[in-house]
Amino acid sequence: MLLVIASETQISVRIQDFGHFLGKVIFPIGIENRLISDESEVVLEEIRLLIEIRWHGRGGQGVVTASRLLAHAALLDGKYVQAFPEFGPERRGAPVIGYTRISDEPIMIHSHIYNPDIVVVVDPTVMSSVDVTEGLVEDGIVVANAEESPDSLKDRLGIERAKVYTVDAKRIALDILKRPIYNTAMLGALIKASPLVTLESISKVVMERFPGTIGEKNVAVIKRAYEEAKGIE
Amino acid sequence: MSKVLGLTGDGAVAYAVKQCNVDVVAAYPITPQTLIVEEFSEYVHNGEVHTEFVCVESEHSAMSACIGASLTGARVFTATASQGLALMHEMLYIASTLRCPIVMGVVNRTLSAPINIHCDHSDMMGSRDCGWIQVFVENAQEAYDWVIQAFRIAEDPDVLLPVAVNLDGFILSHSLEGVRVLDDEEAEKFVSTRKPVLTIDPDKPITVGAICFTDFYFETKRQHVDAMDNSPKTISKVNDEFAELTGRRYGFIDTYEMEDAEAAIICLGSTAGTAMAVAKSMRAKGKKVGVIKPWVYRPFPTEQIIKAVENLKALAVLDRACSVGAPYGPLCSDVIAALYREGIKLNLFNVIYGLGGRDIRPTDIEAIFNEALEVAKTGVIKEPLKFVGVRE
Amino acid sequence: MSESKPGWKSIPIAGILLEPGSAMKYKTGSWRAFRPVIDEEKCIGCFLCWIYCPDGAVIREEKSVKINYDYCKGCGICANECPAKAITMVEEKR
Ligand code: SF4
Ligand code: SF4
Repeated sequence: MLLVIASETQISVRIQDFGHFLGKVIFPIGIENRLISDESEVVLEEIRLLIEIRWHGRGGQGVVTASRLLAHAALLDGKYVQAFPEFGPERRGAPVIGYTRISDEPIMIHSHIYNPDIVVVVDPTVMSSVDVTEGLVEDGIVVANAEESPDSLKDRLGIERAKVYTVDAKRIALDILKRPIYNTAMLGALIKASPLVTLESISKVVMERFPGTIGEKNVAVIKRAYEEAKGIE
Repeated sequence: MSKVLGLTGDGAVAYAVKQCNVDVVAAYPITPQTLIVEEFSEYVHNGEVHTEFVCVESEHSAMSACIGASLTGARVFTATASQGLALMHEMLYIASTLRCPIVMGVVNRTLSAPINIHCDHSDMMGSRDCGWIQVFVENAQEAYDWVIQAFRIAEDPDVLLPVAVNLDGFILSHSLEGVRVLDDEEAEKFVSTRKPVLTIDPDKPITVGAICFTDFYFETKRQHVDAMDNSPKTISKVNDEFAELTGRRYGFIDTYEMEDAEAAIICLGSTAGTAMAVAKSMRAKGKKVGVIKPWVYRPFPTEQIIKAVENLKALAVLDRACSVGAPYGPLCSDVIAALYREGIKLNLFNVIYGLGGRDIRPTDIEAIFNEALEVAKTGVIKEPLKFVGVRE
Repeated sequence: MSESKPGWKSIPIAGILLEPGSAMKYKTGSWRAFRPVIDEEKCIGCFLCWIYCPDGAVIREEKSVKINYDYCKGCGICANECPAKAITMVEEKR
């Protein structure tokens, strides 16, 4: 799989084989089609941008819903998707995991995600009991619901090569929704960290899922989380 | 114009049933089939379908009600899983030999004990000799497509057999994917309405289910076998028409990179997709591997499998069920029987995997491919039957 | 015996019987070794025999009953159940 991370000046392409890091090509924007070596050209022939996302949270927090909303939005953007929960005893408050796959071509793989490109932590308290960065690819992304700065979280998680984003989803949710539901805020922060889908499409699917004021409030949550999320390389 | 909807595997089944003009649905909810029943009963509640939805008290009653309804000439659907299918067991045989063209979604889940709600194929394999046409699908799109085709296949006067469409519990049933659906009118036109051959009708009485002793039972069963033997013609015809309508081509088996493969995996359901993804990445490294995915498990696609393994040197047969005490798992026994009947000697080994929902990882599949490549090279089978993914 | 019957290619599917009421052709009366005989004097018209007869061979009349010997197989259940001891099982002489 190829993970493309684009900044304003360069695109870095990670070449992975089910999470096993094989190599990385960095090139300035504008020469995407003329690649550096013959070997990388062969691999890039079948370029597919499969992004694997793992969601952590607790039962009842809408983790599965968030994983599905993201998939619905990516569908609107013309992508191929999969969103599925890891089923354990589904009890309110128990740690739960959800997965989303987004790809430019049909997704054949149906296993769990072992080496996510992105981890989203919906509930800040799960980090104390679950190793949320387990299997995260090198240069992957962590998006967490946390009051602390990305620097401090990065230190605390002890991860070197990852982008870390944090957003105070709790405050945003309490301000706007008046309820401690963090899933939509984390969607906003996720899109900030990695433009997987557009704000328009995620807003559209949220309005479809929650018609009326609930939807409008959640869209407001997403937008505010998008603005407030902060990240470091 | 067709459109793409985000649907779970169960949701895709319910959506297909909604579009198929179904007269009666009798079902009892059981995890992980529940979403089918929930979503379909919502369609009923909202008046989106004319279907008579019968809430029964057990799966035994569900299948009994389906049989009765089907005998009146109605188009009938039900869905179940695991213990539910086991409880239906005796009625499954009655449905098929009474030639009731019922369509059923089987959301594969293991059988207790210990109690477990996750995927394996023990449920359908436990009932594999019930005389139903059995289909296994790889993803939500295939679940949708096969349910629609299933009504046409089941109700064809040359077949008149029930069809079970199997989808992996949770892995597909609760996984959201993009599904390209037909317009309602297109689907309705494709499935049309059922044209029953013999029905129970007070104005034209017949007797159904009368006792058949030693003098007629065997003949009736032989007819059942004949109907199954004749079904491939109809299945192909329906596949062709469906391909014409949708551009999506189905058949008895799906193959991936089999033309020049030296080693291959054959397996049912969603695992085939993972195997294809792994095969793709191994191909990029120059390893000649391929995948065979039977869509249709009964009638067993002997001819198609024989053709697919023509140039093959080694085969790994993956079974998500085990037949305790038998030399091999169920799919492997069938594959060996098919090869033997055609006089083909192919080096193969059987892998039992994924019981009780144990995830099969791409790395597991890669190791199986590598082992099959080793067998292809050396001709030596170290372990004819092995268990992958279980802790020692 | 089964060789003389039609094969699987020519019988209706699914063991279906196309002719309604064809059981009427099957005269179970030929099985009878003992024949129930009703003593009209003793009969109190309770119709228990009519209820219990497994072959529907008891015909209900206004105040009493009659036996249809075409179908009465001679099982004796009626005689056993009759509270008035109005039914006697008599050996069949053919
Ligand atoms: S003997 Fe048996 S079959 Fe005959 S009338 Fe009495 S109960 Fe019926
Ligand atoms: S059971 Fe005896 S008493 Fe009653 S109706 Fe029959 S013959 Fe008469």
